[in-house]
Amino acid sequence: MGSILSGAEAASLVRALPGVDAVGLEARAAGLSTRSVKTTSKAWAIDLAISMIDLTTLEGADTPGKVRSLAAKALRPDGDAPSTAAVCVYPSMVAVAKEALAGSGVLVASVATGFPAGQVPLDVRLADTESAVRAGADEIDMVINRGAFLAGDLERVFHEIKAVKAAAGDARLKVILETGELATYDDVRRASWLAMYAGADFIKTSTGKVGVNATLPVTLLMMQAVRDYRALTGVQVGVKPAGGIRNTKDAIKYLVTVNETLGDDWLRNEWFRFGASSLLNDLLMQRQKLKTGHYSGPDYVTVD
Amino acid sequence: MSDRLRVKKTYKLYVGGKFPRSESGRSYPVASPDGTELANAALASRKDARDAVAAARNAQRPWAGQTAYLRGQILYRAAEMLEGRAGQFAEELADATGADPHEALGTVEQAIDRLVHYAGWTDKYTSVLGGANPVAGPYFNHTTPEPLGVVAVVAPQDDPLLGLIDAIAPAIATGNTVVVLASESKPLPALSLGEVLATSDLPGGVVNLLSGKTAEVAPHLASHADVNGLDLRGVADADLAASLEAAAAETLKVVRRPGKDGNALDLLRQWTEYKTVWHPAGMAAGAGGAY
Amino acid sequence: MFEYAPAPESVRPQIKEHYGLFIGGEFVDAEHVFKSINPSTEEVLFTVAEASEADVARAVAAARKAQETVWGPMSGTERGKYLFRIARLLQEKAREFAVAESMDNGKPIKETRDFDVPTAAQHFFYHAGWADKLAYAGLGADPKPLGVVGQVIPWNFPLLMLAWKIAPALACGNTVVLKPAETTPLTALMFAELCQEADLPPGVVNILTGAGTTGSALVDSAVDKVAFTGSTAVGRAIAKAVAGSKKKVTLELGGKAANIVFDDAPIDQAVEGIVNGIFFNQGHVCCAGSRLLVQESVAEEVLARLKERVSLLRVGDPLDKNTDVGAINSAEQLERITALTEAGRGEGAEVWQPACDLPENGFWFRPTVFTGVQQSMRIAQEEIFGPVLSVLTFRTPDEAIAKANNTPYGLSAGVWTEKGSKILWAAERLRAGVVWANTFNQFDAASPFGGLKESGYGREGGRQGLEAYLDV
Repeated sequence: MGSILSGAEAASLVRALPGVDAVGLEARAAGLSTRSVKTTSKAWAIDLAISMIDLTTLEGADTPGKVRSLAAKALRPDGDAPSTAAVCVYPSMVAVAKEALAGSGVLVASVATGFPAGQVPLDVRLADTESAVRAGADEIDMVINRGAFLAGDLERVFHEIKAVKAAAGDARLKVILETGELATYDDVRRASWLAMYAGADFIKTSTGKVGVNATLPVTLLMMQAVRDYRALTGVQVGVKPAGGIRNTKDAIKYLVTVNETLGDDWLRNEWFRFGASSLLNDLLMQRQKLKTGHYSGPDYVTVD
Repeated sequence: MSDRLRVKKTYKLYVGGKFPRSESGRSYPVASPDGTELANAALASRKDARDAVAAARNAQRPWAGQTAYLRGQILYRAAEMLEGRAGQFAEELADATGADPHEALGTVEQAIDRLVHYAGWTDKYTSVLGGANPVAGPYFNHTTPEPLGVVAVVAPQDDPLLGLIDAIAPAIATGNTVVVLASESKPLPALSLGEVLATSDLPGGVVNLLSGKTAEVAPHLASHADVNGLDLRGVADADLAASLEAAAAETLKVVRRPGKDGNALDLLRQWTEYKTVWHPAGMAAGAGGAY
Repeated sequence: MFEYAPAPESVRPQIKEHYGLFIGGEFVDAEHVFKSINPSTEEVLFTVAEASEADVARAVAAARKAQETVWGPMSGTERGKYLFRIARLLQEKAREFAVAESMDNGKPIKETRDFDVPTAAQHFFYHAGWADKLAYAGLGADPKPLGVVGQVIPWNFPLLMLAWKIAPALACGNTVVLKPAETTPLTALMFAELCQEADLPPGVVNILTGAGTTGSALVDSAVDKVAFTGSTAVGRAIAKAVAGSKKKVTLELGGKAANIVFDDAPIDQAVEGIVNGIFFNQGHVCCAGSRLLVQESVAEEVLARLKERVSLLRVGDPLDKNTDVGAINSAEQLERITALTEAGRGEGAEVWQPACDLPENGFWFRPTVFTGVQQSMRIAQEEIFGPVLSVLTFRTPDEAIAKANNTPYGLSAGVWTEKGSKILWAAERLRAGVVWANTFNQFDAASPFGGLKESGYGREGGRQGLEAYLDV
């Protein structure tokens, strides 16, 4: 869906957003973290979390072999465990992933736009996006221009997201805010709205490549933004925390937060994802524990 | 010269910055300890007490809202005015108490110095009594003393000037306004003090002075729902003090019982209440949150 | 649907079948006994002795002896070490105390575990440190204890109120006779056992269980000071009872706090603050934000979000770790809440409650939001002491302050705005002992707490709280 706003309008709306009280936000996130999820509800949550993972490899050392191994894991993580939502790779690996996952329903997501810094000219970022889509990417994970955002050039950020959205065509667009670089909750909220006004299908916290990645308060704040955006426009936008979510306990905290902030409408992998790599094995080990009654170990899940 | 008829002073109440007679139209004779008739003083009624409380209430917020520096300057100005009329007050005090004129002048000078002392407190007691509190969480937390509001004072019976200043000064220095029931038998210095205060830039209603019968007026002040504090140091009769305290309990007024003196800080604290304000202290995202 | 399975707390405290009075370091029996029930099930938890006037006299005598012979003469350093020891023991037994409190009071384990018990321990730790530093408290070079203190506490935070009372009293060199509330004596009695374990000298802490008559006997006894937390009606009676005596008194009474939300507030956090303000501890909180004053221009948005949020509150088994709102403490309190809520309906306010199932046994009340409330209605004036929020609107900042202050109470207030100067402006004008700006219901041992006007006098906590227990 194209934005009906001009860049100036979007920028001015975003600047007028009310502030966020950091302590209150963190207190709410901490409160949600105290939820205790046991037995049947835990089993349900673990499978849901598995199905929401964008199983990710984003390394210079990525090879077709590595990506095929990851794709196999995404398809059949362990026994009767559900598939993950997608695998997430660099554009150069999209074709390999696409072939490995052909006909499976597991999607291929690709980071593009000069990931992770985005510090390349816009035409290069657009070409990057188009090439990923041509190679078969179902979803594009773009990074916003943090430099322009922090310099106050919100209109430029808005126009760039719109341009990438156009370049992505039918692929769903996840807009990475890189919240660790935006530094304040007020800016995270502004960036969330700016991305949504520009046509984001998902807003995503992080690249996983900076010091601070997804945190529960930041993700909660982004959830509040998509909730409010739908209330205002009728358009539903997804949320994807990425980086730093490594174990089942953390994943369940996020799901509890989705449950109590957004509700059922977002409790599906169409609207909520985890950008993660090591999380999957921890979920699988916990899954085994629930089935067998004893704790599992790393040798009982596959290294991919 | 000696044939000249002396112009005698009419001692009236001091309420809301004005000098009314009692609305009841009553007065009572005031004599010195040796029986010499001195003057007639207005005999305040419960309605005068009510008017005085209303005047004090109206004046309270603006008075508390003045800067501490300005409150200090006004108290200092009152000391200046009193200094200028020290002779008159010494005479009135000597008449009222039977003290010798030299001793009375010494007491007036003490009263002046006491006012100066409290003038210097106005911009200090909040930092002495209050402060920042190191709470175990991401909050700025700060405690500051605030005025109680309207304080009713039964002034000391036998120390009609210095004792009066000791009752009034700490209460108004901290932003309260007062309704004072002057010494029943020795009200004249208090009523004259009203003239000093009226010419000291002290806003009308900050200090209200009533003369009359303690047992008649004090119960109406003690039970008045719009009075926040009650100073009973001037109540000599223990039974009356107990009944006034019990009446004050109806609206949970802060009461200072008879017979207890204190240093200046103690008196300043008496008519203040602590307010503690909390505010979150935190801004940056990405600290990992509290989880 | 993401349904949370039951998550019951597994620790169980050792609750005796019967508890006596704790006098002079020992448990002694009394003529009459009464039962303490679990308000979430109505099951009897244990029986407990009811202290008579004679028992009160004995306890005060034991406290007097301990004060004059042991505790008063003891150095501050040594007194402090006892209090540190108590703080540590409370931390060690935190979970047992938390579960016991939840069972006896009906409040959720989440709150007793994360708030009541840790904050109680903090109060002992904080005041322990004062015991040898009283000369630096700004209350004179050599402040003296008052002697024996009679303390009467309410049922809403049984252990925490005990800590607020006992810790500063002991730190200042006083000994105490404390009466816990009739419906929630358990943690006070467990605390008495803890005092034994800490080898606290006999008579320094005495715990007398009983009802109102025990309380008034304590007020009338030969104590030097009365400290009370509870209703304004009882506080008024105590102030009258001590009139003309030499007994010092501090009172922490009722409230009807306004929680003011301006149009420039951080709305999501304000909604959290509103919820925490009135539904924390089932609204059994004297400083609860029971009157929401919301600026008319954002009222609709705030109310919509508030209702959404309140719908998420989980009401039920207090020992389930996911329970947000537990049981009402007693049948009597439930009756009062119900009656005032009915009055609210009768006066034309619009009532809203989330759909939620309530357990069959026990005392329960759904979180309730009244809209269209006018200042003149009883639900805007009277303390309900339950999970019932009255929502009023205002147009201008001046009107907000005027409405907020338009009450005989003056305990607490809340203000929500992103504008710093407006916070300071409002905080200065609000007639309340505690003002929470962009937060609500925060408590700390280092922060003085207490009210103005008919909410009482005296402070608890912080340096200023020491005044209540020293002869200054």
